[in-house]
Amino acid sequence: MKIIYILSIVPFIGILGFLPLVNRVEPFVLGMPFNIFWMAMWTVLTSVILGIMYKLDPRNQEGDE
Amino acid sequence: MMNSALLIILVFWILAIFLGIMSVKGKDMNLEQWTVGGRGFGSMLVFLLMAGEIYTTFSFLGGSGWAYGKGAPALYVLIYISLSYVLSYWLLPVIWKYAKENNLMSQSDFFVSKYKSPYLGVLVALVGVIAIIPVIVVQLKGLGIIVSEASYGVISMPIAIWMGAISLTIYVMISGIRGSAWTAVIKDIMMVVVIGFLGIYLPLHYYGGLQPMFEAIHTAKPGFLKLPEQGLSVSWFISTVILLVLGFYMWPQVFSSVYTAKSGKVFRRNAIISPLYTLMLLFVFFVGFAAILKVPGLEGGDVDLALLRISIETFNPWFIGLIGGAGLLTALVPGSMLLMSGATLLAKNVYKPFVPSATEHSIGQLAKYLVPVIALISVYFTLNGGDTLATLILMGYSLMTQLFPALLFSFMRNNFVNKYGATAGIICGIATVAYITISESTIGTLFPPLPQAAKDLNVGIIALLINFLVTIIVSLIVRKFTTSYKLAAK
Repeated sequence: MKIIYILSIVPFIGILGFLPLVNRVEPFVLGMPFNIFWMAMWTVLTSVILGIMYKLDPRNQEGDE
Repeated sequence: MMNSALLIILVFWILAIFLGIMSVKGKDMNLEQWTVGGRGFGSMLVFLLMAGEIYTTFSFLGGSGWAYGKGAPALYVLIYISLSYVLSYWLLPVIWKYAKENNLMSQSDFFVSKYKSPYLGVLVALVGVIAIIPVIVVQLKGLGIIVSEASYGVISMPIAIWMGAISLTIYVMISGIRGSAWTAVIKDIMMVVVIGFLGIYLPLHYYGGLQPMFEAIHTAKPGFLKLPEQGLSVSWFISTVILLVLGFYMWPQVFSSVYTAKSGKVFRRNAIISPLYTLMLLFVFFVGFAAILKVPGLEGGDVDLALLRISIETFNPWFIGLIGGAGLLTALVPGSMLLMSGATLLAKNVYKPFVPSATEHSIGQLAKYLVPVIALISVYFTLNGGDTLATLILMGYSLMTQLFPALLFSFMRNNFVNKYGATAGIICGIATVAYITISESTIGTLFPPLPQAAKDLNVGIIALLINFLVTIIVSLIVRKFTTSYKLAAK
């Protein structure tokens, strides 16, 4: 259960915590300024993290509650 | 010219109303069916319903408008929505479970039941109704912009707004939440296709690709593509996102769609795919960015026209009709849900506590008759307000966020916060928001000696802090007072 709690905080740190460091235009990645790319990447990673949380969470193994 | 654009928009309009009527065929429309769909919706419908509320005309027009007018700070929209889904994983199943066990129908019911106070419920309901009116205004404004632009000026804004409000009212009164859910299906398909296409095509067509477009903007307006040193700075971005995440699930219409689910697992499952879905907003921003150098000169509230103006410059009328049709549905779905939630709150949680003898049937009837009333009030503010869509939405959010402390404490196992604390906290929070909004204060104007980063913090934080403090202090004082009173009585 513990690891799921930690996973919940990761997207917040990844996006908001790193923001002062990634607020820059260059280098361009996938055609986007670096800050926009960074946020788009973390949006995808947030989905991945929520997917891992879902798999690890024992409540989802049971039927509909 | 009565053009093909208007004709196509009209077709979508009729389709939406047809779906609304079909969706309720053979259902006995009591209050529970009308407002929470009989609590039988599966993952797919709940997903679409919630997406329907989140991706409104604001995402379409306001999102591109911000990218056009302010640049990189527009990304806050993408980020707060994505991060909210992390919160939804934990929060929504708990709310759903409690609502199901206690047979709740509105957001206000939740507070009434948790704090055993119908009058706290009245307060929560009023806050909800006051906060959703700006959001309805946004939908009507959006509708007005879409129809008047797509008619190439033949239909004026005020007429378009009246037409929108009238059809929205009829639509809601007939169909209830089932109509919204089924219309949401078409709305989302249309929206993804149109936005995806525009976001890819416009940068390619005008600049030869994404990177050339961003490089051209970067050269023409250096600094526009990153958060500025002050104003909409990094600290503004972080504090705004956090406040919006906290406020995200405090909306009354969101509670209603949470209640429609048939199990709590639905939300944990939907949380996985939802952030990916927000990537659609990236394409909205691309459209706004593409418009910067191609349709320059839009300022103030007019930035919301950016998406339609660049489309009109680029495409044939029939395609403008498709964009307009998609835009119409993105106003109709959330608009209908907002009207319904507002009307249900007023009837069930404001009227009922004062008239306990009212039957469920008469409450249901009253709720339906309140729909046109709320619609009229919204039309008034739509025709008499000049703010941009983003400003209006942010104001509604700062009001709704004031319910967060009371909600949070209600989940604690031994909740020391009582109805007095919760009520006082919400009232003080709202009063602070009102003061800040009317006096146009920022943290910079309130506390001039602070460093720039602190000055740029979202001023809503102050209202939330005051709210937390008052909630805790009043609860403790009342508790102390009542225990000593009980002791004395013994």
